[in-house]
Order: sequence, then C-alpha cells, then structure tokens
Amino acid sequence: METVIFFLFAALAIGSAIVVVTHRSPIYATLSLVLTLFSMAVLFVLLGAPFVGVLQILVYAGAIVVLFLFVIMLLNVQKEEDAHVDRGVQLWIAILGAVVFLGMFWLAFWRTGLRIGGPAPAPLTEDLVSLKGLATALFTDYLLPFEIVGLLLLVAVIGATVAARRPDSETVRPDDDYVTAEDPSTGPVLPREARS
Amino acid sequence: MSVPISWYLLLSAVLFGIGAIGALTRRNGISIFLSIELMLNAGNLTLIAYARQWNDHTGQLIVFFVMAVAAAEAAVGLALFIAVFRQRRTIDVNRLNLLQG
Repeated sequence: METVIFFLFAALAIGSAIVVVTHRSPIYATLSLVLTLFSMAVLFVLLGAPFVGVLQILVYAGAIVVLFLFVIMLLNVQKEEDAHVDRGVQLWIAILGAVVFLGMFWLAFWRTGLRIGGPAPAPLTEDLVSLKGLATALFTDYLLPFEIVGLLLLVAVIGATVAARRPDSETVRPDDDYVTAEDPSTGPVLPREARS
Repeated sequence: MSVPISWYLLLSAVLFGIGAIGALTRRNGISIFLSIELMLNAGNLTLIAYARQWNDHTGQLIVFFVMAVAAAEAAVGLALFIAVFRQRRTIDVNRLNLLQG
C-alpha cells in the first residue's frame, strides 16, 4: 500500500515538475508547482513528518505560490519564446554539469551505504512523528536559529516593502527614453504623469 | 511494505535536476524563481528522508529553516522583479544586462 502511494505521488511530482520548467505560461507553471508541492507533502507524511507536510501546504502552497500568482498577474508577464538551449557551448556545458552532478550524487549515495532496493528503514518511532519531540528540540536546542530566522523574515519584509515601493518623483528618475529605445515591442510606454 | 529510503533520495535527485535545468534554461525571471523553489523542495525531501532513516528529527527542523529562508527569498526577489519591471518593462533576464561589463 505504501509502495503504491509512493509511486503514485512520485510520478505526480515528477510530471508536474516537468510542466513547471517547460510550460511557457508562468501562470500554468505556478499552478503546476502547487501540484508538485502537494504531492511532496504527501511524501513527507509518508516519511513520518506530518507536521512538515501540513506546513508545506500552508506555507508553500498557501503563501509563497499565491505571492507568485499575485506578482505574475500584477506584471502581466507575457509568454516567453523557446528556451534557448540551441547554442552549442551552453549545451555542452549543461551536459558536462549534469554528468558532474550525477557523479557527485552517485558518490555520495554510494558512501551512505544505502542501496537501490535495500532494506526498508526501521519502523517509525513515537518521538519522530510526534509534534512534542519536534517542538521541544526547536525551542531548546535550536532556539537561537529560530530567533535568527524570525529576524531574517522581518528584514525580508522591510526589504521587500522598500524595494517594491513606488519611486518618489523627486528622488528616483526613470529615464523614459532609455526604456522606449531599449524595448519598443512591449507596448506603449506611458508618460511620467500617467504612470505615477 | 515500507519503501526504502534510497528511492526517496533518487526522487529528490531527479526533482533537483529538473529544477536545475529550469533555472539554467528559462529566461523569464519568475520561471527561474519557480525552478529554484523546486530545487529547495528537493533538498527538503532529502532532509526528511534522512530524518526518517536515522530516526532523528533534526532534519525536519532544518526543513523549517529552509522554508523560512525560501519565503524570505521569494518576498525579496519578487519585490525586486516588480522594481525592475517598473524601470525596464521586462523581466526577461537576457535583457537585464545593465551590470554587464
């Protein structure tokens, strides 16, 4: 039963991940990412981490992906052309990188002593699954990293607000000539008064 | 029957590879971000799988921190894209060559 669930959701994750990186429309790619995250949440639950699975759905699918969708709709991103893998040098470097990555992965995999089709892991323990053990470790041993992550999120919020702020007309001066000369294909550039 | 941990690790490597290919070949900034999120999630799956293997929930704790960092990265990165889009009217990373020497 567990094997069936694993293969079902592993296939779902890989399939939707391929859609994420190949679909030309960013909206469909983002919605496909939601499917990937859901199936990975199922795998987390299967691995004895139900709380992380719930957090995955809440934080990733609920917050981050919605943020992506907001920005995509706000920017009205157009479909892009084909990914440019037709340049010879880039293609060979990409293949070389893939081979090196697979070699490193295989080496690391080999050194762990785990094998394909090896023995199943030990049965789940109460301590691993329970929220109590997790919370105890988080608020005793890992209290300092926890606080630092909170500070990081605060800084990120402030930074995002500052970066996405509408520029003041007297401090920031986007030169319209440069924009129109650079890219005339993306539609009419509004005059300054209409934009701000 | 229970699934061996190595299968999870293989799945994680495949997902990471797909995300890496996407991050290297896409030109749309948002799509690159989506690929990076995919790679972060593949790493999370590895951490959870090893936490299961050694019956130790430290891996699950690290996944929390990874998620928080991913959220911060997404917020700042998308804000940067909005700012860039205001200036240049595009987020095609091939056209954002202002810092190119």
